[in-house]
Amino acid sequence: MSNIKKFLYVNRKAPYGTIYALESLEVVLIGAAFDQDVSLAFLDDGVFQLTKGQDTGAIGVKNFSPTFRALGDYDVTKLFVERESLEERGLSEGDLQEIVYEDEDDDWAEKPSIKIVSRAEMADIMSGQDVVLSF
Amino acid sequence: MSYQINGHTVEHDEEGYITTLSDWTKDLAEEIAKSENVDMTDEHWAVVNFLRDYYDEYQIAPAVRVLIKAIKKEMGPEKGNNKYMYELFPYGPAKQACKIAGLPKPTGCV
Repeated sequence: MSNIKKFLYVNRKAPYGTIYALESLEVVLIGAAFDQDVSLAFLDDGVFQLTKGQDTGAIGVKNFSPTFRALGDYDVTKLFVERESLEERGLSEGDLQEIVYEDEDDDWAEKPSIKIVSRAEMADIMSGQDVVLSF
Repeated sequence: MSYQINGHTVEHDEEGYITTLSDWTKDLAEEIAKSENVDMTDEHWAVVNFLRDYYDEYQIAPAVRVLIKAIKKEMGPEKGNNKYMYELFPYGPAKQACKIAGLPKPTGCV
């Protein structure tokens, strides 16, 4: 298909407390139907969206973090997480849930979707996009 | 609005999706299917059970193409295709099968 654009969804907010994180994920899932080149970026408090072991029982809202693991089914396989944002919050890659996709072109081998990048690399990723949507 | 099942009342929205996901039972599924004019066979149940498992794991109902791709992988190409799905659920596998499975309307499904 021609006319494929590079879309980047930028997630900067904590998963709960505001609706931004959930809305972003829903837009990604809906937008995935349009066969575009989609990436997700997680920076600032947005890195908390991918932490493992989330428990929302006490705040009475749905824990939607398992939904990130479905992104591979929607051919969304590039989740860039900024290293500096993790470090500033005392987090490391090991605090994030494991998210994989099955590579159709490599006998359905499971490959990691999350890629930790530096702030400088994130800037390059952003500048290489056709469309940047910020949440 | 509600379904009546074994003397219980189960609330649903204006399109027939149940409001409280934990209200779901197999009997209720049969009841919803009846109101959709769907006669539940083992083949229907395979799709409904798949949807429920998917929701359990990922907290969303999958989009139709995701559903079909996954069914194809698990049950083979003779079942993982649009034609087969629409034969089972004439008003759309996502819409009708999700309703019977007691799940919310799929994200992005209008």
